[in-house]
Amino acid sequence: MLKFVLSRFLQGLLVLLAIYALTFVLVALTPGSPFSSERAIRPEILAQIESFYGFDKPPLERFWTSLTNAIQGEFGPSAVYANRSVTDIIGEAFPVSIQLGAISLLVALGIGIPAGILAAVKRNTWLDYLPMSASMVGICLPTFVLGPILVLIFGIILQTLPVSGWFGPEYMILPAATLGLFYAAYFARLTRGGMLEMLNQDFVRTARAKGVPESTIIWKHCLKGGLIPAITYLGPATAGIISGSFVVETIFQIPGLGQWFVQAALNRDDFLILGLTVLFASLIVVMNLLVDIIQVALNPRLKYEK
Amino acid sequence: MPLLDVRNLTTSFHLRSGVVRAAQNISLQLDRGETLGIVGESGSGKSVTCYSIMRLIPQPPGRIESGEVLFDGQDLLQVSEAQMRDIRGTKISMIFQDPMTSLNPYLRISTQMIEAIRVHEKMDEKQALSKAITALEEVGIPDAASRVRSYPHEFSGGMRQRVMIAIALINDPDLLIADEPTTALDVTVQAQVLDIIKERQQRLGTAVILVTHDLGVVAGTCDKVQVMYAGQVVESGAVDQIFYEPQHAYTQSLQKAIPSLGEKNEALYTITGTPPDLAKPISGCAFYPRCPYPKIKGEEGDPPQLVERADGHCVRECGHCDRSKPIESVLAQEVTEAAE
Repeated sequence: MLKFVLSRFLQGLLVLLAIYALTFVLVALTPGSPFSSERAIRPEILAQIESFYGFDKPPLERFWTSLTNAIQGEFGPSAVYANRSVTDIIGEAFPVSIQLGAISLLVALGIGIPAGILAAVKRNTWLDYLPMSASMVGICLPTFVLGPILVLIFGIILQTLPVSGWFGPEYMILPAATLGLFYAAYFARLTRGGMLEMLNQDFVRTARAKGVPESTIIWKHCLKGGLIPAITYLGPATAGIISGSFVVETIFQIPGLGQWFVQAALNRDDFLILGLTVLFASLIVVMNLLVDIIQVALNPRLKYEK
Repeated sequence: MPLLDVRNLTTSFHLRSGVVRAAQNISLQLDRGETLGIVGESGSGKSVTCYSIMRLIPQPPGRIESGEVLFDGQDLLQVSEAQMRDIRGTKISMIFQDPMTSLNPYLRISTQMIEAIRVHEKMDEKQALSKAITALEEVGIPDAASRVRSYPHEFSGGMRQRVMIAIALINDPDLLIADEPTTALDVTVQAQVLDIIKERQQRLGTAVILVTHDLGVVAGTCDKVQVMYAGQVVESGAVDQIFYEPQHAYTQSLQKAIPSLGEKNEALYTITGTPPDLAKPISGCAFYPRCPYPKIKGEEGDPPQLVERADGHCVRECGHCDRSKPIESVLAQEVTEAAE
């Protein structure tokens, strides 16, 4: 088990290194620079700015400096926002995104997984059709449609919840619902599929022949295996959900990380792009590692194959 | 009173493509300590009959349409689901065909065995575990005390089937239904598994229903035999009656299809054609299209009835074919015609 975790960890580091290099090259190859603007800048001033940010050095040396700094957790200054480092920006926005993401994830799992189990157990009855139709709508409805609908109902018609901003718990409800319901729909479908597969297995018939009650069959015999598809999706979903959503943050005016992904690209803010990419990639790598560990813990057959 | 008395049991599956009459008017009796073999090809209704007795038919699409399953005088088709759960695993147990998929891969053998005990009986975990270990030892699993903590994938197919048998017999059931318990195993392991079942049966007086399509297994283990074709019983009787005086054309053909040792360079006999589609109503004899005997009447007609003779030998007599010549000469003629 330790060997497995260690090898996955090293693989993850390699992946991160590759992503860092690729992003660096892509950003460097993109025409223009963070400092080009519509207004003409005098060449000597531009040269001074470039030397301040290290852009005058040869590419390989720039890459090496930026990589060694990144390993120490320092992604440099923002090339656009004066006096703010990339670490500052992430440090301010990431906690907001984690908070929103964690609540959304709770919504997603809390609704999606029970709904999926219910639908699988009561398959081909209205307790299956109803949640599954709802989840189909949830998957098809983009957050930029669901968000405004929720705002319209709860913020404007019922006037029970604030429509936007980020000033306290009540401000979290609508954005978390918007983001969470979308993922809940996915989790519901995945859980239903996984549970149905388990319920059709021969060992369920064996359990029934032993006289085991139906509830024990669901919770003890089928849940472990039935959750595997949902848990596989949990890795990328968590990474995506806690690194912020541009759409939801824009609708609800939340100072999270999602907006920075877009801003950094639009502003050609080289350091911020690199920092955010590494953050997002690390989240994916860490979450996938966690998911792998959970899967090994759930499925005894995996322990010996690795 | 027999231990199990099934009367006119009919089970069908209501599918989109139509109603499949998987088991029609099945009757069988079984005393304590007796072994009944149910033989027939795939889809003949053997398993459906067993699952109907256990009420393990998935409903829907399956439905037990009519009949009685009297077990110890109690009609199992009338009891509540909760009562039925109490009977399953204690009074009637079942072993399934594929030991590779019949055990839960996510749970330890110990968990699955202890569960089988504690679902029915108040017993603490420790006691149940030692009972489980004893049960594993009884079916010949070496080093049972440590292997009980294993997961199913750490066992071979034959070992898993032994575990299945140990689980099925752990509460000393009165009736064991074995649905093709040896089909997925190789021949030497088959013999071992059958020996374990036989040994337990002799010691505890368990009645056994053995579903198989291996006539050799039937001859070696069963007291009574029921031959099924297209969801119906076509012939039933004591094992000697079925093997030495087979009456129905299907039973006779089945026996001719057993490959025999010694005769070389001889084509194996196969019953031509395929079994009828059970989603369509069958008029007349279900075996008519494949029957080797010369026909004297058309296919249409009243379905033949199962008739019991004085010695308890039951045959579904059709009267559609000319039975004046023995099957050997009919088949010999068929072979020469095919050669010409």
